[in-house]
Amino acid sequence: MPTVAPLDLEGHVAGVAFLGDVPFFAESSGLIHRLDHGHKTVEAHEGLLSCVRDDATDTLLTGGEDGKVLRVKADGTTTEIASVPRKWISQVAAGPQGSVGYAYGKTAHVRLADGSVKDFTEERTVEGIAFAPKGMRIALARYNGVSLHWVAMAGQPTDLEWKGAHTGVTFSPDGRFVVTTMQENALHGWKLDTKPGAETRHMRMTGYPAKVKSTSWSAKGKWLASSGAPAAIVWPFQAKDGPMGKAPLELGTRANIMVTQVSCHPVEEIVAIGYADGMILVVRFADSKEVLLRRPGKGAITAMAWSKNGAQLAFGSEAGDCGVVDITA
Amino acid sequence: MTEASTAKPIPVTVLTGYLGAGKTTLLNRILSENHGRKYAVIVNEFGEIGIDNDLIVESDEEIYEMNNGCVCCTVRGDLIRVVEGLMRRPGRFDGIIVETTGLADPVPVAQTFFMDDDVRAKTELDAVVALVDAKHLPLRLKDSREAEDQIAFADVVLLNKTDLVTPEELAKVEATVRVINPTARIHRTERSEIDLTKVLDQGAFNLERALENDPHFLDQDDHDHDHDHACGPDCNHDHHHHDHDHHGHDHHHHDHGPSPIHDVTVQSVSLRGGEMNPDRFFPWIQKITQTEGPNILRLKGIIAFKGDEERYVVQGVHMIIEGDHQRPWKDGEKRESRLVFIGRELDREKLERTFKACEAAPAEAAAH
Repeated sequence: MPTVAPLDLEGHVAGVAFLGDVPFFAESSGLIHRLDHGHKTVEAHEGLLSCVRDDATDTLLTGGEDGKVLRVKADGTTTEIASVPRKWISQVAAGPQGSVGYAYGKTAHVRLADGSVKDFTEERTVEGIAFAPKGMRIALARYNGVSLHWVAMAGQPTDLEWKGAHTGVTFSPDGRFVVTTMQENALHGWKLDTKPGAETRHMRMTGYPAKVKSTSWSAKGKWLASSGAPAAIVWPFQAKDGPMGKAPLELGTRANIMVTQVSCHPVEEIVAIGYADGMILVVRFADSKEVLLRRPGKGAITAMAWSKNGAQLAFGSEAGDCGVVDITA
Repeated sequence: MTEASTAKPIPVTVLTGYLGAGKTTLLNRILSENHGRKYAVIVNEFGEIGIDNDLIVESDEEIYEMNNGCVCCTVRGDLIRVVEGLMRRPGRFDGIIVETTGLADPVPVAQTFFMDDDVRAKTELDAVVALVDAKHLPLRLKDSREAEDQIAFADVVLLNKTDLVTPEELAKVEATVRVINPTARIHRTERSEIDLTKVLDQGAFNLERALENDPHFLDQDDHDHDHDHACGPDCNHDHHHHDHDHHGHDHHHHDHGPSPIHDVTVQSVSLRGGEMNPDRFFPWIQKITQTEGPNILRLKGIIAFKGDEERYVVQGVHMIIEGDHQRPWKDGEKRESRLVFIGRELDREKLERTFKACEAAPAEAAAH
């Protein structure tokens, strides 16, 4: 039976992550909590908007209402990456070799490990940033599509066009696909490994009753799990053309409770599914078998993350009730 | 949908108005007056807000067209993101104020609060407040459609800088505003000085409240000339025309075609009818808003349905329309239906004719 170690915080939790074996919980207030031989807290931001884990350096990257981009180490110490007074930094991304992407307004910035900063300006607001898994390349989600830039080169970007507002972007782990979340209730995907000159391959992933706010690639990128429905919608990406012409899996279906977060296990083909009522299930792709990890709580699940070996799952909610589930116990 | 939050939605006030009309002055009053409430403010530029407030957020106007082929279905993407961020820590403020740029179209701002599910779940559009520079409005109307749109779309109009014009000029400007928007509440101000209870917490989009406490709302036919309304030389009020129907003193003065006032392209159509047949009215209003939506800036109405003991209220912005029962008809209250459209290129004759056709037939009415 899974066991839950609870942690009750004051307010909305914007992100959770493990650094080493230590679970971190980033509150929207700007406080970052960790369970490291007791509950420890760092005042990082005056209002925190974004929090991602940088796998390359085992640190957190955060952006805030205070216009700051910070790197947070496992011992809780912070270093300032950037400071832009009066701008909200709602997008941060971790790149290779300690590089950091962040955006406000129409410009995305990439700060390289040597401290130099490259700017990439779009015609519309940059709404999402992702680094490609290989090579120093970024994808910027913006109105009517995605722009792909090589960070080191000042050349023209590759534009992936699709009408509508794209609010977030992710690369598949093998780098063959780019997928965006959209303002409408849909994901949109592009296949990148088409032959030069060949027609662009689009993937329209629609049918959601609500906006998709959470996506997660499974181990080796075979599946892409997503929120936005009263089940986790899991698209197959094993085939050459991704999910084109294929139906997704619907896992952890509940009558009228929406899925708000999904997080695929780092090793096994299973996904943790967090719901609007605070419940968490873990479900296996192969046979849809469900295990309850947490009963409903005070509020919608807003963040989840697995430990590196997949033994533990940290979670946080909009009401501040957080915790760590051990699935090996 | 995610579970509806049980918390009371946060009211949102939208401030519009041309550059120099007094928006920043009003904003500074709202932020500095001792009313015991805290506001988060979303601005396009920090500009000259002189108040130290942690919750002023700068946001770049980002218009989204929705992917449904409808040209008027636009929302403000930047507001979706900022409101979502603000609402993660709702304890910090009691209301949100959105200040738009002088040239901003108020429609996408307002539609954001109806068309985005997440924003809609946590906030409630309270009112659109337009500031009008009494001195420069005639000039503005000549060179910009935005100035007219802002007035046409407003629930509350502050006719500001009244100290810079003569009483005659002021009356003329007010008459112009009234022609553009027959339903807004108009207040005359100097240096944006106003009792804030007339600007904040108006409930203008709240179906329960919108049509209740407003002497002007839908009553422009029975115009009561409150707030010292004086007609200027260009006023098109036909004071000598009396309709001797059961309404007695019926001016019908805003009901005559596109306005004769120069440079005004917005018109309003006021419809009045008896008890309606819901099986005819709902398909009709759906069709009108689908086909004429791009031309309709606002619509508001109170509908009496045959055999229905409650007033039904409707309101709309372009193609978005919503309606609900509001309250029981009071004893002695005349059960009639009224509907006002504010927009452009509205076919008055067709609207009147087709609205009338939705009335419950006399035989049906007699059976009641």
